[in-house]
Amino acid sequence: MSIMGTRVVRVEDPRLLTAGGTYTDDLRVPELAGAAHVTFVRSPFAHARITGIDISAAQAEPGVVAVMTGQDLDELPAPPADNPVSEPLLAKDTVRFVGEPVALVVTDGRYQGEDAAELVSVDYEALTAVVDIPASIEGETLLFPASGSNVLAAGGAETSDDAAFADCDVVVERTIVNQRVAPVPLETRAAAAAWTDGKLTVWISTQNAHWSRDAIAGGLGLEPTAVRVITPDVGGGFGAKIGADPDGIAVAWAAKKTGRPVRWVESRSENLVAMTHGRGQRHILKIGGDRDGRIKAYRLDLVQDAGAYPRMAPLLATLTSLMASGVYDIPHVETRFQVALTNTTPIAAYRGAGRPEATAAIERAVDLFAAEIGMDPAEVRRRNVIPPDRFPYTTPGGAEYDTGEYAAALDKVLAAAGYDELRAEQARRRENGDPVQLGIGLSTYVEITGGVPEAGETARVVVHDDGTVTVFTGSSPHGQGHATSWAMLVQDELGIPMEKVTVLHGDTESIPVGIGTFGSRSLQLGGTAVHQAALEVKEKARELAANELEANTADLEFDVAGGLWRVRGTPDIGLDWGRLAQLAGPDGLVADVHFTSDKSTFPFGAHVAVVEVDTETGKTTLVRHVTVDDAGPVLNPILAEGQRQGGIAQGAAQALLEEVLYDPQGNPVTSTLVDYSFVTATELPSFELVQMETPTNLNPLGVKGIGEAGTIGSTPAVQNAVVDAVAHLGVRHIDMPTTPERVWTAINEARAGQ
Amino acid sequence: MKVTITVNGKQMEDDIEDRTLLVHFLRDIAGLTATNVGCDTTSCGACTVLLDGESVKSCTVLAAQADGGAVTTVEGLAGADGSLHPVQRAFHAEHGLQCGFCTPGMVMAAVSLLKENPHPTEQQVRTGLEGNLCRCTGYHNIVRAVLAASAEEGA
Repeated sequence: MSIMGTRVVRVEDPRLLTAGGTYTDDLRVPELAGAAHVTFVRSPFAHARITGIDISAAQAEPGVVAVMTGQDLDELPAPPADNPVSEPLLAKDTVRFVGEPVALVVTDGRYQGEDAAELVSVDYEALTAVVDIPASIEGETLLFPASGSNVLAAGGAETSDDAAFADCDVVVERTIVNQRVAPVPLETRAAAAAWTDGKLTVWISTQNAHWSRDAIAGGLGLEPTAVRVITPDVGGGFGAKIGADPDGIAVAWAAKKTGRPVRWVESRSENLVAMTHGRGQRHILKIGGDRDGRIKAYRLDLVQDAGAYPRMAPLLATLTSLMASGVYDIPHVETRFQVALTNTTPIAAYRGAGRPEATAAIERAVDLFAAEIGMDPAEVRRRNVIPPDRFPYTTPGGAEYDTGEYAAALDKVLAAAGYDELRAEQARRRENGDPVQLGIGLSTYVEITGGVPEAGETARVVVHDDGTVTVFTGSSPHGQGHATSWAMLVQDELGIPMEKVTVLHGDTESIPVGIGTFGSRSLQLGGTAVHQAALEVKEKARELAANELEANTADLEFDVAGGLWRVRGTPDIGLDWGRLAQLAGPDGLVADVHFTSDKSTFPFGAHVAVVEVDTETGKTTLVRHVTVDDAGPVLNPILAEGQRQGGIAQGAAQALLEEVLYDPQGNPVTSTLVDYSFVTATELPSFELVQMETPTNLNPLGVKGIGEAGTIGSTPAVQNAVVDAVAHLGVRHIDMPTTPERVWTAINEARAGQ
Repeated sequence: MKVTITVNGKQMEDDIEDRTLLVHFLRDIAGLTATNVGCDTTSCGACTVLLDGESVKSCTVLAAQADGGAVTTVEGLAGADGSLHPVQRAFHAEHGLQCGFCTPGMVMAAVSLLKENPHPTEQQVRTGLEGNLCRCTGYHNIVRAVLAASAEEGA
């Protein structure tokens, strides 16, 4: 029986549960014996000129090995002359956000680093901080004067087509905020490095060993072959650990410069200001349609906050634009975006990266439209989703949706949630004037997964002469369970029990080519590569067995139960995998695959969130969350459900609680986990997951990505539920996070306006 | 200063800097790296261990305060024969961990919770684990794991 689709518990767990993982700060390898500690000195100003740095007091501290500042950058390759907005490893002349690295100290001991960093004296001349988007676009103060503008990128429709809205019965416009949030993987950023015999070895907590290698080599002016990157266990990434940040590259530089192995792990307070944030968009929505529920035109005008440096913000805005029209068949869709620099922490990917923002915008817009025409939001969705016979469907924005059953997903989730009963209960509470009102929020979504599919992913499958298997994967797990999944794929194809399969990842020396884990790409690209490598191994085995048994390959069959290759009809003679590996030669039976795809896949689904809102205090409680998340066939339901549950929680957290805030001078006010409202177990219910599997035809496994779906679907469903709970009081919109204060204010404003 | 701390049944003695945190004593001196540091404000619970049977956040306890005490970390939870503690078993069976970073602290907090309240309701589990943060699981399977462990004898 195939192991595919079965609930296999993880092979990773026993180690993590008894000895703990080996995260970067846990490494006790010989190469790091006697390693010194790196501590960064970070800017306390959002925008300032550095007028002087005095390192003498720090240098005189006990245990100080070195102090490095922007003055030392001259020994590194100069940034490209044609890039006026490049980001240095250490700020030299100007700091552009609170938390930007200004200097680093290398000390014998961990605590000595804290002491010495305090003694690095930096003189700053404060500049006007550009904190909000309008000020950025206005451009009175420029972050990079040489660039001439704070607007990094702009795109989309050049003119507004108001005629498309002119023949709509109803047009609704609204400005909404998709707030900045912090990824907060439980393991903060960390790196260690050793420079030996002209070669650098870097251990770094990242989602991509190979991209990190290229970034480190490029930053330090080394050949990629002179850098080996190893990713030990990684304690979560969520997009914020894609590649290597300047801080990580600077740590590698410190090892090279001092000749001493070094370690670095940032504190949480550093992490909350210096690791990239996510989201950070402002949307101006315009939606129009007829009173029969048909949506005819949609415009999304968005500004993406980039933070202080251009990391990934332009890509996020592009993805939001691409996915703007969601699951709906809308004749006229118009998007426009600007990406603006501010004196805040740089923005990059966070679970969903541009797609949750697109979904939040259109799902809010659809609810606003439904409220305006007085139609049930489920019915409006049903009347506008792209029907199954239109696939592959190319959106007005140019996305080519592969497969989708949007109405089926919606109907399924409504049935599972008991939608009609929920509406009846809501009506009862409204009628009774119950102080605790019920809100029912929907979202129907489609998203794009596969993250750079044309770059693909690599796999090497090796069968050894003892019958065991090693899989080398270019993909890079940080909690997803690749070791379990890849072993299942091997067992399924080769019949070798997964206990005999070892999965290795995240070492640029043993795996020369790899891309990594982001954009919900692992199974569809990395998993397919493993699957295809296993198939190749099987074909090689068949030929070797045919040769050895003097039979036709067509007559060979593999007996899974006995683990033997046999000639059909001669059950007494067979060859096991170990024997075939011996026959294959000293390297064993090997297949290398680099699977690429020229197209992305488009998972979809529908969520129902149920909240209770105390209208007297504004407090919201998420009481149920029901979802259909269809990413094609499921390899291991335990793992897929885990991805969905974690994703739902992060989306609900954005809708209800979490927000990174700055004061008008650009000082972060959510820089510890006391101030940042990280979601806890008490604020969430258990989730109700409904299964649905619609395969794609873009890879042999038929799979799409599941990693980000939960977040994309849940964020607007929860926000819509909060608004829905108080809609009868006249409230049409509440920005995220829908804190008690905001809900309470919205209720009172609506009442005052009536 | 000199401290003597019994860690997972083994007595450890060392001359340490006064300000040494218990978590760093465990990680750097006892060499037990399962206990992780996830924040600097006693918020995340990744560093939770048992000190004389009570759960504490070891990033907010000085090693000096544990002098003469007995600490249990996740490394000391399984039986001498390697058999997993019911909470460890339940986390495995219920997929209560993904990246694993919060796990040692979460498991120790769950052990402590079940010692105080052997048969908690779902809401009591959620409240009991409020001081332990997880970004991967959405807590769903962690809560299920603790409930499953509570149903097992000996938890």
